[in-house]
Amino acid sequence: MTATATTATPDTGTAPVLEVAGLGVRFATESGTLSAVDGVDLSLAPGEIVGIVGESGCGKSVTAMSLAGLLPRSAKIEGSVRLLGTELVGAKPGVLRAARGQDIAYIFQEPMSSLNPVLTVGRQITEVLQVHEKLSRKEALERAVELLGVVGIPSPRERVKHYPHQLSGGMRQRVMIAMAVACQPRVLVADEPTTALDVTVQAGILDVLRGLRDRFGTSILVITHDLGVIADVADRVVVMYAGRVVERAGVDELFARPQHHYTSGLLSASPTPGRHAGTHRLQEIPGLVPVLSEQPDACTFADRCPAATDRCTTSRPVLEPARVSAPEPAQGRPMGQGGPDGLGREHLVACWHPRGDTPRLTPEDRA
Amino acid sequence: MRSYLLNRAWQSLVTLVLATVVVFLGVRALPGDPALALAGEDRTPEALAAIRERYGLDQPLPLQFWHFVSNAAHGDLGTSVRTGQSVNDMLRTALPVTLELSLLAIAIAVVLGVGAGVVAAVRRGRPAEWVANAFALLGLSVPHFWLGLIAILYLSVATGLFPASGFVPLGEDPVSNLHHVILPALILGTGLSAVIMRQTRSSMLDSLSTDYVRTAEAKGLRPSVVVRRHALRNSLIVVVTIVGLQLGGLISGAVVTEQIFGLPGFGKMTIDAVFQRDYPVIQAVVLVTATAYIVINFAVDLLYSIIDPRVRVTGEAS
Ligand SMILES: Nc1ncnc2c1ncn2[C@@H]1O[C@H](COP(=O)(O)OP(=O)(O)OP(=O)(O)O)[C@@H](O)[C@H]1O
Ligand SMILES: [Mg+2]
Repeated sequence: MTATATTATPDTGTAPVLEVAGLGVRFATESGTLSAVDGVDLSLAPGEIVGIVGESGCGKSVTAMSLAGLLPRSAKIEGSVRLLGTELVGAKPGVLRAARGQDIAYIFQEPMSSLNPVLTVGRQITEVLQVHEKLSRKEALERAVELLGVVGIPSPRERVKHYPHQLSGGMRQRVMIAMAVACQPRVLVADEPTTALDVTVQAGILDVLRGLRDRFGTSILVITHDLGVIADVADRVVVMYAGRVVERAGVDELFARPQHHYTSGLLSASPTPGRHAGTHRLQEIPGLVPVLSEQPDACTFADRCPAATDRCTTSRPVLEPARVSAPEPAQGRPMGQGGPDGLGREHLVACWHPRGDTPRLTPEDRA
Repeated sequence: MRSYLLNRAWQSLVTLVLATVVVFLGVRALPGDPALALAGEDRTPEALAAIRERYGLDQPLPLQFWHFVSNAAHGDLGTSVRTGQSVNDMLRTALPVTLELSLLAIAIAVVLGVGAGVVAAVRRGRPAEWVANAFALLGLSVPHFWLGLIAILYLSVATGLFPASGFVPLGEDPVSNLHHVILPALILGTGLSAVIMRQTRSSMLDSLSTDYVRTAEAKGLRPSVVVRRHALRNSLIVVVTIVGLQLGGLISGAVVTEQIFGLPGFGKMTIDAVFQRDYPVIQAVVLVTATAYIVINFAVDLLYSIIDPRVRVTGEAS
């Protein structure tokens, strides 16, 4: 597309493009404070696809939005978000604006409501190019047509003139992607990019995301509650529960040897890596994600956990390397590669009674 | 779009005919004999009969109606029974006054109302919002005839900043014209602007919390662009509807305002005609008003379809 485009495979040796440390988000609500995210650490290497998975309400979207400061004013954010070396938490509005759309871009869950109904899709793509790349209206329109082609929209020259309501759901999501990647951001955050779409369309969208990573080396954070999507595209997985990261590992490793009881619960009705996405949803674990006003000094999953002991309700487990036998070599797909901070390849779990080498529970076992 | 236009034209025609019938009968149901009102001192039966004959008041109602309609269809709205002046001529001098007053009032209302509404929504919970809200409350709760009287008292009578009454046509002396019209237009516009402000504020608050505004922010657009291009554009859909609904009220508001400021406009013509039982003038006035409503509604619909592409498409499809 442009000169900066690379066709190389993910560049593994370099520093992470995104580093999140100790991220916490609290909301001031009418019924007091609500702690939505607590102490989240994340890193994203160049060209890497990391999945964040967890049940509804566990803080995935809040984490995603907080990266570029997109939360409402009622949100209090702490910790650090470094994007290409620039600190974004507490950054000046100008710094945030320069980063948004240019270095970090978003794809949102609802392609209909996330597009402006009164502007043509062309206009919605060109405006981001005009702001960041200082293109003229005409140049920007040419690029918009190109971009629609890249994300697989047929007859893009006609489509730029269309309004969102004239497109199908899948096409709208492709428009969202075209908009997001217009300025070739280093980091793409896709918050439930396929949830609103049917299965065949989902697969197409995931192909587009993978294609972006392969062609441009874009690092992608995929947020989903669909483990099928994770299995399909992610290199590494971060499992969240009640605002905390409870487990983190390469995708094959996580699917093969889940350490947290929450993760194994999620996996018990899920596909194995390589199987196609979309047909599997989170297995219901009895109970609900708690809504917390304070972050307790305890494991927040203890109420629902089959292995909980007194220790789990009196002391908070921290993320530690899991004690499992040496991982099998990754087959075919690249394993999660981390930066020099060592956050990447390791299998980490926050649990007092990790599952260790216990084999994964299969749906048959549960029946 | 064509069938839509045809449909609208047909509806408009029915509305006009109904309005004509209602006003024709309504005027005749008014208490008081117009012949008596016209006769003055000379109330002999002969004099009254002569008056009735001259103005066709002795003819059967259906025949009178037929004369009125066929003449109106040819663009002749009759002759004033009071002054003997042609109604067409009266409208020619009165309408521009009202048109100018209304357009100026709308312009003021939209600028003030949309502006204050946007500020109140964007600066939510800050002093600017309180100011805008207080302004709206004032504009809504103070009757504008009272505001008009106060304005005349302080700005015209006491200080002489503005003329208290009268009118100079635009073509004659634009500056003096504006000097005469601006105060009544401001008074008329503020009431309307308060309504527009409240509506703009609430629909801006809705738009500002939508997903597409978050998308716009995620693109790194400036706040002013996000507000104007993304939030306001969508809010205007609601605002235009409200303005359209309010324009009917603007016509009656203009009647009162013209009366207070002694502007020789359509409103004054209406009131004079009603008090003097001037049948032809009353009929003409109502016909013009009904037409104005229809034209305004049509204009609002068109504006609507310009702002909202979804409406445009359904318009084409139907
Ligand atoms: N603006 C807000 N004000 C107050 N609370 C909020 C706000 N946004 C989110 N929350 C709360 O934060 C928690 C996490 O929400 P979040 O949207 O991140 O969940 P999620 O993991 O994305 O869930 P889903 O899968 O349903 O999208 C929830 O309890 C939610 O109610
Ligand atoms: Mg979410």
